Amino acid sequence: MSVAKPLPHDAARLHVTGTARYIDDIPVPAGCLHLAFGLSPVARGRLTHVDLAAVRAAPGVALVLTAADLVRPADCSPSAHDEPLLAEDEVHYAGQPIFLVAADSHLAARKAAALAQIDISPLPAILSISDALAANSRFEDGPRIYGRGDPDAELATAEIVTEGEIEIGGQEHFYLESQAALALPQEGGDMIVHSSSQHPTEIQHKVADALGVPMHGVRVEVRRMGGGFGGKESQGNALAIACAVVAQMTDRPAKMRYDRDDDFTITGKRHDFRIAYKVGHDAQGKISALVFEQFCRCGWSMDLSLPVADRAMLHADNAYWLEHVRITSHRLKTNTQSATAFRGFGGPQGMVGIERVLDHVAHVVGRDGTAVRKCNFYGAPADRSDQGALPPGGAAASPQSISAKAIYNGTRTPYGMEVTDFILDDLVARLESSSAYAERRQAVAAFNAQNAVIKKGLALSPVKFGISFTLTHLNQAGALVHVYQDGSIHLNHGGTEMGQGLFQKVAQVAASRFGVGLEAVKITATDTAKVPNTSATAASSGSDLNGMAVRAACDTIRDRIAVFLAERTQSDPTDIVFADGMVRVGGLEMPFAQAAKEAWMGRVSLSATGFYKTPDIVWDRIRGTGRPFYYFAYGAAVTEVAIDTLTGENRILRADILHDAGASLNPALDIGQVEGGYVQGAGWLTMEELVWDQTGRLRTHAPSTYKIPAASDTPDIFNVSLYDTPNAADTIYRSKAVGEPPLMLGISALLALSDACAACGPCYPALDAPATPERILAAVARARGALP
Amino acid sequence: MAALKRMEITFRLNGEPVTVADAPPTLTLLDWLRETRNLTGTKEGCNEGDCGACSVIVTDDLGQKALNACILFMPQLQGKAVRTVEGLTGPDGSLHPVQQEMIRHHGAQCGFCTPGFVTTMAAAHTAGRTDHEDQLAGNLCRCTGYAPILRAAQAAQAAPVPAWMQESLPPKAPPQTGADAGAWSLPTSSEALAQWCADHPDGTLVAGATDVGLWVTKGLKDIAPVAFLHACTDLRGITQGPEGWRIGAMTDIETLRQTLTPHFPQFGEMLRRYGSIQVRQAATVGGNIANGSPIGDSPPALIALGATLHLRSTEGTRSLPLEDFFLEYGKQDRKPGEFVEAVTIPAQVDTLSVFKLSKRFDQDISAVCGAFNIVRHGGDVAQARIAFGGMAGTPKRARHTEDVLCGAPWSEATINAAMAALEQDFTPLSDMRASAEYRMQAARNMLLRCWHDSQGATTSVRAVQS
Repeated sequence: MSVAKPLPHDAARLHVTGTARYIDDIPVPAGCLHLAFGLSPVARGRLTHVDLAAVRAAPGVALVLTAADLVRPADCSPSAHDEPLLAEDEVHYAGQPIFLVAADSHLAARKAAALAQIDISPLPAILSISDALAANSRFEDGPRIYGRGDPDAELATAEIVTEGEIEIGGQEHFYLESQAALALPQEGGDMIVHSSSQHPTEIQHKVADALGVPMHGVRVEVRRMGGGFGGKESQGNALAIACAVVAQMTDRPAKMRYDRDDDFTITGKRHDFRIAYKVGHDAQGKISALVFEQFCRCGWSMDLSLPVADRAMLHADNAYWLEHVRITSHRLKTNTQSATAFRGFGGPQGMVGIERVLDHVAHVVGRDGTAVRKCNFYGAPADRSDQGALPPGGAAASPQSISAKAIYNGTRTPYGMEVTDFILDDLVARLESSSAYAERRQAVAAFNAQNAVIKKGLALSPVKFGISFTLTHLNQAGALVHVYQDGSIHLNHGGTEMGQGLFQKVAQVAASRFGVGLEAVKITATDTAKVPNTSATAASSGSDLNGMAVRAACDTIRDRIAVFLAERTQSDPTDIVFADGMVRVGGLEMPFAQAAKEAWMGRVSLSATGFYKTPDIVWDRIRGTGRPFYYFAYGAAVTEVAIDTLTGENRILRADILHDAGASLNPALDIGQVEGGYVQGAGWLTMEELVWDQTGRLRTHAPSTYKIPAASDTPDIFNVSLYDTPNAADTIYRSKAVGEPPLMLGISALLALSDACAACGPCYPALDAPATPERILAAVARARGALP
Repeated sequence: MAALKRMEITFRLNGEPVTVADAPPTLTLLDWLRETRNLTGTKEGCNEGDCGACSVIVTDDLGQKALNACILFMPQLQGKAVRTVEGLTGPDGSLHPVQQEMIRHHGAQCGFCTPGFVTTMAAAHTAGRTDHEDQLAGNLCRCTGYAPILRAAQAAQAAPVPAWMQESLPPKAPPQTGADAGAWSLPTSSEALAQWCADHPDGTLVAGATDVGLWVTKGLKDIAPVAFLHACTDLRGITQGPEGWRIGAMTDIETLRQTLTPHFPQFGEMLRRYGSIQVRQAATVGGNIANGSPIGDSPPALIALGATLHLRSTEGTRSLPLEDFFLEYGKQDRKPGEFVEAVTIPAQVDTLSVFKLSKRFDQDISAVCGAFNIVRHGGDVAQARIAFGGMAGTPKRARHTEDVLCGAPWSEATINAAMAALEQDFTPLSDMRASAEYRMQAARNMLLRCWHDSQGATTSVRAVQS
C-alpha cells in the first residue's frame, strides 16, 4: 500500500529544478495586460477628487478603471458583500484599492499607478481595539457569549482569583508567492481563470458575479500555490475579479500579481486580539471558574471574521476542563486591512489566552506550569461516565487526588461537545520523558541561579484542536477519477495544493485503493469544471475530506471492475483483491492495466465521481452548543529559550515535539507540517511584529521591516515525533488532519520566554505577544517590580 | 531611438554566451530572466533582496557568489557568468547534489522559495562552506521551518562539485565607455569615475545596488544618469600596512568581514549579521558609508575604530574623520563631483565591542547598533570611542559618554555615570523597529554589557546551549 509511506512531495523534482509552474510562470498569449491597483494612502475618508490623467497618459497604459467605470458593481467579499473591488465614495483603510491600471507590463502598471492625484477628505479613523470599543464599532450587534455554569458565583467563592490581560499581535502570512491571477477570455464570453487560491469555487462564484454570467461561464484552475496559510482563502478574489473584468472589457488576457509591498498593504492578516481573563483557582492551580473577554480586531470588512472569532471562543478551553466558564467575544470593526483566515483560524489566539491563564495561575501558586496544566486536563476517556463531578470536598482536594485529576475532571467542552478521544495524559507523559523535562527544569533553575545577565526558560504546552469547518455545510468534498484503458489513473479532487502535500497524500490513497504504484496516478490541477462546488482547502480538512471523496470514487470503479471480473470467473466480487499492481479474483490474476483494458473492452465505465460529507456534526454557532468538530487533533511541545536581560534578545535553544497525526498517511509530509507549523507559530509570537502608525498606515510592509524566522531561528535541537496511533474517528485510513494544529505548538516558545522573564524577579512578567526584544525587556522589568 | 544607442552587455548565462543590446540600465536580471528569456525558475518573492527567492550564482574574477537577481542591474553583469536554477542540472538531466538532497530530506513544500535555496546552496557547496545557517540566512522559507533544508545542505556537503558547475568567463571585451554618456556609464578606473562625476554632479553611482536597487524596484525612481562602479578595480580591495588598513570603497562587505575578523572579531561577527551572504557579496563599504543611512551598520564600528574617510574628485583627494562626513539625516559632507574612494583604519590593538540589536538575529536592520572601543590602562579608562547607529539621524559618536569614561576608573559606578550621560548624546526616535525609550535603555545596557563582559559574565544568548 502507498499510504503510510514517507514519500516525497509529488512535485519535489519540479520544485528543486525550478520547473514547477506558479501563476506568474504560465506562458501567456500575446497582448496580455498586466494589472496594478492604485491604493488609498488614507485610513478613512471621502474621495473628493480622483485625477487619473497622468496615469492614463503613462507609457504602456491600456486601461484605467475606477468603481464608476465598471459595467456592474464588483464585490470581493466571501461573506457579507461589503468589499467593493474599487472604493466607491469612501475609503476604509490605508491600502484600499481605488483604481485599477492595465498596462503592457507589470512594471509599467506599477509606475503608472504611482502617478495618480487623489484628494481624500479624511474622516476620523478607528484603528485600535480601544478606538473601536469607544466608538462601539462592531460586526454583529453586540458581543457573542458562550459559556456554562455560574462562573461569577464560583469566582466569588474561589480560594484565589487571578486577573490579567494579554495583547496578541497579528501575523502576515508571507506566502513566498504573492497573490496572483491570470484571466484568459474565451469564445462566447466565457472566462478561464488561473488563480493562486485555496478556494477555486469562490473565485469562480465571485468572478461570475462580477462578469454577470452564470458560474458555468467561468472555469477556475489552480495547480499549486507558493504558500497559502489561509491568506489565499479569500484574499485572491480581488485579483481574479480584476483580471476577469479587464479581460472581459478588452478581450485580452489579463494578469495581476501583487508586488510584495502591495500584498502587505492590501491583504488581510491574522486577527490581533486582546484577551482579558479572571480566573478562580485553588492553591494547587486547579481552576474552578474562568471568565474570558476576547477583543478581536477584524478590520474594515467582515470577510471571515465571524467564524474566526467563533473558533477563538471554541479553543478558549484548549485541553482543560472548565466547569464554570464564560467567553465573551467582541468582533471589532476598524479602518485597517480586513483580518482574514490564517492557519488556526482564531484557534491559536483562543489557545494563547488559556495558556496565558495557566502560566499566570502557575506563577501565582508557585508550581511548575506542566503540573498545573495536567491537573486541569480534561478527564480521560476511561472516566467518561463520570461527568465532571467534583470529588468530596470540591476544589480543596488533597494534592494526591489532584495528581489523579481524571477522577473528577469532566470531559465536556464549554460548548457541550464530549471529548471522547483525549490522549494528552499519555502524550504529555511520553513527551516529558523523551524531553527530560523534569531534569531540564532543574538544570534551567541552576543556570539561572548562576547567571545574572542571561536567563533561561522552559515550558511545555499542549494542543487540542477541533477538526471540521464550524460552518457545517462546508464539510463536504468531491472527487473525479478516471482509469484509462492502459491502467493509468487520472486523479482530481476539490482540494488545492499549497505545499502541504495534499495531492501526494490523496494520490497515495488512490494508489492504495487500486493496489498500484504511485507512478500509475496522475495528479492534476484543481479545476472547477471537474469537481464543482468545493469548499476552501482550509480548516486542516484537505486530506480528511478529499481523501475520503477520492476513496469513494476509486471504490466505485473498483467495484465495477470487480463485478465484471467476478462474473467472468463466477466468483464473489467482494473477494477481489487489488494489490501489488495485480488484480486477483476467483483464481484469475492479471496486472491492473490488463484488468482496466478488459473492463473497457467489456464496456464498463472507468470514470467515477466520489463524494464525502463529514458525519455526526451538529452545531449552533449563535447559542454556542453542539458538536462542531468530528474529532480533535492533539500534540505537545517543550521549548527551552534564553533571554538577554540587558536587551531582551532571545533565542530558542531546543524544542521537543510529540504530535498526533493519527495513523499518518505520509509521516514525512506530516513531520514537515509539524516542524514548519512550530516555527511559524513561534515566529508569530516572537519576532513577527506588525506596526501601524498613528494614521493607520502599516509600517511593516516588506521583509525588510517584517521579520519571519530565518534559518538560524530554527531550534538548535529540534526533536519532532509523531504519536503514531489510529484516529478513534473513522477518517481516511484513520489519519488525522495536520495542517493547522502544529502551529499552536509554537505557543510553548512564548511560555518559555515568559518563564525566563519570571526568573528575573518575584512578579508575574505578563509578557505580551509578539515577544520582541523590546517586550521582553519590559516583561523583565515587570518581573522585577520595576514596571506596573 | 538612434540618439539613445544603448551599450551592449556581454556575459555567460548557464554556460552560453549572451549579448544584450537593448536593455535599459535599470532592467534587473530577474525581470530579464523571467520576461525576456522565459527562465521562470528564478522567482520574485520580495523584489528588494530580502527573501532570496531570486538567488542566482554570479561568477566574476573574484569567484562564485550567490546574489539576488531582483536588485542586480543588467550592466553589473558585464563580463561575468550567471547560473540560474535551470543551470544547476547537468546536461543529461542529472540533479545537482543539493537538489537530490533537498528531495531526499523533504526540503521543499510549496516549492516557491526552493529554486533560490538550491541556488544558494549550490554556491555554498562549490565554495565548500558548511556554515549552512549563515549561508542560507538570506533565503526565507515559510513552510518548512528550515530544519529539512539544513539537513539537506549538510547531507550534500561531501558530494563532489559537478563538472558542469565550472564557469568560464567571457573574453574581456573592451568596455564601451562613453558609447552613451547620457544614459549610463561603466568607468573602469577611479580616474575615469572622477571625470564622470565631474561631468554628472547629480548622477547616481551604483556600487552593489543593494540600496540603490530599491530606489528602482520599490521607489520606481529614474536614477539616470547612472554610473556602474564595479569595473573600477582600483577602488576594490584592502591593503594592510604599518599604519593600518586601507579599504577601497568598492570592497564588498563579505571581503571586509573575512579580512577584519581575525583583527576585530566582534566587528567581523557584526558584519556577518549585516546582511545575508547575497547582500554581503554585493554591498560595498563605500556604498554603506555614502548613502548616509542612520542605520547603516559599518559606520558605527568604523567610527569607533577611528576611521578616516577619503573622498575623491578631479580636484584630488579630501580626507576627514568618518564621523564628520555625516552632517544630518539625509545629508553628508560630499561635494558635487566627489565620491567615496576609501576608508582607512589606524593600526591598533583590538579593544572593540560591537552590539547589533534587531528583532531577528540574522539579516535584519538594526534597531540600535553600538560600537565601543574602550582602551583600559591599569584600572582606568585610557581612551574611549563610542558610536551608535539607530540612535540619531546619522551614525554618531557618543562624545559626552566618552568624556565620562575617559580617565575614570573602570568600575560599575563609572559605567552607571556613562549610561546616564548617554541621554546628553542622543534623543532617539520611535519607529517600527523600536520605541525611543527602548532604544535608549538598550543603548545604555550595551555599556553595562561591556562591564559584564570585562567581568567574565556570559552576556550573549548565542553563548549558551540547552
